[in-house]
Amino acid sequence: MSEAGIQLAVAHARAGATHGTHAPAPRVDEAAVRAILAAVPDPELPMLSIVDLGIVHRVDVGPDGDPIRVEILPTFVGCPALELIKASIVERLAALGRPVEVMATFEVPWTSDRISPAGRQALLEAGITPPGPVAEARAGGTLTLIGLEPRVPCPYCGSRRTVLDNAFGPTQCRTIRSCVDCRQPFEAIKPV
Amino acid sequence: MSAVSTGLPPATATALETLLRAMADDEFVIGFSDSEWTGIAPQLEEDVAMSSLAQDELGHAAALYGLLGGLTGSDPDALAYDREPADYRHCRLLDHGRGDWAMTIARRYLYDTADAIRLEALAGGSWAPLAELVGKLVREERYHVMHASTWFDRLARGGREPRARLLSALDELGPDAATVFTPLPGEPVLVEAGIFAAPLSELERRWRAAIGPTFGALDLPMPPVANEPERGRLDHGEAFAWLWGEFTTVRHADPGAVW
Repeated sequence: MSEAGIQLAVAHARAGATHGTHAPAPRVDEAAVRAILAAVPDPELPMLSIVDLGIVHRVDVGPDGDPIRVEILPTFVGCPALELIKASIVERLAALGRPVEVMATFEVPWTSDRISPAGRQALLEAGITPPGPVAEARAGGTLTLIGLEPRVPCPYCGSRRTVLDNAFGPTQCRTIRSCVDCRQPFEAIKPV
Repeated sequence: MSAVSTGLPPATATALETLLRAMADDEFVIGFSDSEWTGIAPQLEEDVAMSSLAQDELGHAAALYGLLGGLTGSDPDALAYDREPADYRHCRLLDHGRGDWAMTIARRYLYDTADAIRLEALAGGSWAPLAELVGKLVREERYHVMHASTWFDRLARGGREPRARLLSALDELGPDAATVFTPLPGEPVLVEAGIFAAPLSELERRWRAAIGPTFGALDLPMPPVANEPERGRLDHGEAFAWLWGEFTTVRHADPGAVW
């Protein structure tokens, strides 16, 4: 969908919210729903949206009167932000004037490979190194012993001389590292 | 017993309930044991790590209790908190109390390596809700195995005191290590139905083959055959009674409270 298309869809959604029952209900389609979801921030990584994070799985608009169903993929099984994300989705989609159901599913596993290029850029700008490809981590790069690994660059100076200080971090999806060259501690998203 | 229609034959549903209860209780109990280190771990980084591991494991337990609740029509919170200590079915390996850091690392290493073999045998199974969840769990558990392996190696090679403490921990935990693979009633039904790829006795053989090289390289004694293997998920004892008292405190303080 083009940028203009997204803006139009968002505008339609907002119009629905503003005018409520006084205006003809806007036509609700999957693109309109996804456009709204593209503006819902992740509560733990608010610099990127749930769409950029790759957790929006299936959107089923269904016939008028039925609930709009959104299926999301938890990043981690025990992610404590899940209920908050569900509530945000329901709140934002209320603008469309239809009931909303949000379900979590493991039908396909969320993997860090699902983070969009825009999402990766937003992470980097916030000082969090985006994850490398999971296949590369599995091949023995970042998932072996704690120590020096060349594949995780520093988000501040770009040096690849960085050290894993902790495979676990402030949220389930992050690790804690530091840069040997600029001495800056930083966080990186786990390849999972 | 099955209050919910799942399309599964009754014998399969019953066997599946037994498996889910064992796995959920394992993850629940080790998660709470890990959380005992929050605030007092030997290093700040390990404080963060153990807390994060605990969060992962309690999340896994919640998902497994959710599947079990779906089969039995029970509330997952009630499954987690409203049973008497004798009704939990976690393995005896997790019944030794927190102990020192070496005990914690030995317990985590033995459990995580065994759990990895168990999950491998469930991945791609014929009951989609469990196979899908397992597909997600293995991605997280790989970090747990990495963490435990790193520390296991570090303690074994760490000189006199760390090694002595690790040996003492293995001495205590070793005889219960294989209780992760305690035979379950209805196990042949699960294998027959394609939910479980192999019997637990076969998984124990795979686990011993997987950890053997590490124990050999570090010159550590392999865990012996479990004592009273058929009772490996029973007789929980005092350490668990204490932990149960801890993790049910809030639930008992205001039964039925809504969050």
